[in-house]
Amino acid sequence: MNGTDAPVLPPVSPRRRRTDRFMRGLFGGATIVAIVPLVLVIFYLVQKGLGSWSIDFFTTDPSGKFFGDPGGIKSAILGTIEMVGLATLIAVPIGIGVAIYLVEYGKRGRFAQVVRYFIDVMTGVPSIVFGLFIYITLVLAGTGGTAFAGWKGSAALALLMLPIVTRAGEVVLTLVPDELREGALALGAPRWRVIFRIVLPTALPGLITGMLLAVARAAGETAPLIFTATIVKGSSLDLNGPMNSLPAQIFSDVGQAQDRLVARAWGAALTLVLMILILTTLARVVSRRSRLA
Amino acid sequence: MTEPPETEMTDSSPSTGTGGTEPQRPEPPAGTPVRAVTAAADAKAGPAADSNARLVRLEDLRAFYGDAAAVRNVSLDFPPNEVTAIIGPSGCGKSTLVRCINRMHEEIPGARAEGKVLLDGQDLYASGVDVVAVRRAVGMVFQKPNPFPTMSIFDNVAAGPRLTGMRGGGLRERVERTLRGAGLWEEVKDRLDEPGIGLSGGQQQRLCIARTLAVEPEVILMDEPCSALDPVATLKIEELIAELRTRYTIVIVTHNMQQAGRVADSTAFMLTGEMVERGPTDKIFTNPNDQRTEDYVSGKFG
Repeated sequence: MNGTDAPVLPPVSPRRRRTDRFMRGLFGGATIVAIVPLVLVIFYLVQKGLGSWSIDFFTTDPSGKFFGDPGGIKSAILGTIEMVGLATLIAVPIGIGVAIYLVEYGKRGRFAQVVRYFIDVMTGVPSIVFGLFIYITLVLAGTGGTAFAGWKGSAALALLMLPIVTRAGEVVLTLVPDELREGALALGAPRWRVIFRIVLPTALPGLITGMLLAVARAAGETAPLIFTATIVKGSSLDLNGPMNSLPAQIFSDVGQAQDRLVARAWGAALTLVLMILILTTLARVVSRRSRLA
Repeated sequence: MTEPPETEMTDSSPSTGTGGTEPQRPEPPAGTPVRAVTAAADAKAGPAADSNARLVRLEDLRAFYGDAAAVRNVSLDFPPNEVTAIIGPSGCGKSTLVRCINRMHEEIPGARAEGKVLLDGQDLYASGVDVVAVRRAVGMVFQKPNPFPTMSIFDNVAAGPRLTGMRGGGLRERVERTLRGAGLWEEVKDRLDEPGIGLSGGQQQRLCIARTLAVEPEVILMDEPCSALDPVATLKIEELIAELRTRYTIVIVTHNMQQAGRVADSTAFMLTGEMVERGPTDKIFTNPNDQRTEDYVSGKFG
């Protein structure tokens, strides 16, 4: 009955074609708006920061001179590594411990739900509040004999990292299939052995990713450090003394009316971003190896 | 309900009904069920010399999820060196029933069980019974093969002894012995270091059976062990069940009535949490006492 060449299905209406084109443009536009500032940040960082990089930049401490050679950022890099390292040692075992409790023992219980709620609240607390808390409890009290100290900076960073590690850990541990736990329990394994021999090894890549993300976050924090570890010039291996850090150094340099100091801030910022980039890349590589997710 | 004697019952005649004959385990009553598939039937031998199978007896077992009853007052015997199949439509409580036997049921939040599960007379739910010890004596094979993904083939089998803290050397020998027991040795002996999840589904399931055997249980529960497998892999598992029968008490939950017909000495039919009927497999399928059993096995529902 049909005409010989008449198509079976109607063609796309012009109206729908227009709508499709409009929507595609809308979402593509949003993506471009978002990506422009990100690219500009990296562009300026590299353009302004790379110029101040030199061997001396990484191997000398800030000189403190307003005129003349301002020195490098050795103490800041060292301080950041020390304090973030200590904070990681504190926050990761506790955070993963909490995550194991929530997933393996607390489950849907009332206490576990309360803990989850507090962790969510802690995730949203501004980092300066953690700094303030440590300032009031440890710095003003002069705990350990000194007012400002690297380990107090670490404590503030650890508080910041704790909810991140816990949340990430909980998500990853929940992803471990229950069949594996049941399989191990049905063999007659005690619960702690199931956790250590089956659950944690299966979740390991994800736990490492969560840890590295928390480290990257803590490495970039300024607020919890400026009034716990404060800003100093010299390199220090003494965690009980004041300690420099990259974000604090940037904060201090960028406000100076001296081009060389501002240039050092750009160089330090590029260094910090590169350190975090390396950590994030590492996290991605590890999580890609994951058997979950 | 007669109160059962609390004594050891190594030789008990199940409800299938021969009077207790003396030697270790009597063969099922005269005229062992005629089976359609002979592969399994060939291996229907008496208990092996090293059999450590035990009688499992359920007395008035009730299981709940929260307030919902999933198993209602079931009393049933699973005789040693026999394969007992539990059939029934989805949600009839058959999986819950077997999960009560190794106390895995209580792992689910809100789930609980009442009544008695006796292993050669000892109540597994009595206070003071170590749930870990229960699960070592009563092994379980799950519906979906669940080898440990971080472990090699060897480690998967060794996981049983390692996870249960078994000490002593001879681990390699034990792994080889159990892999042979699970009929997997010839297929994997050259790649024991490869990951267990690299095997095919049927091989994974036999790996899980080997893992269960490595703990040296007395009873093996199988919760629809072949439902995720193709017919060839299913046949291999069924042949394996026929061999394991000589050494263990085997309870198998199955959706597949033909499978029950092929592997089981006796079959129990469950409906909405109740045990409707239990008897020799061929009787259940050809001449059941209960109309509901008749309707189910003839495909009128379920």
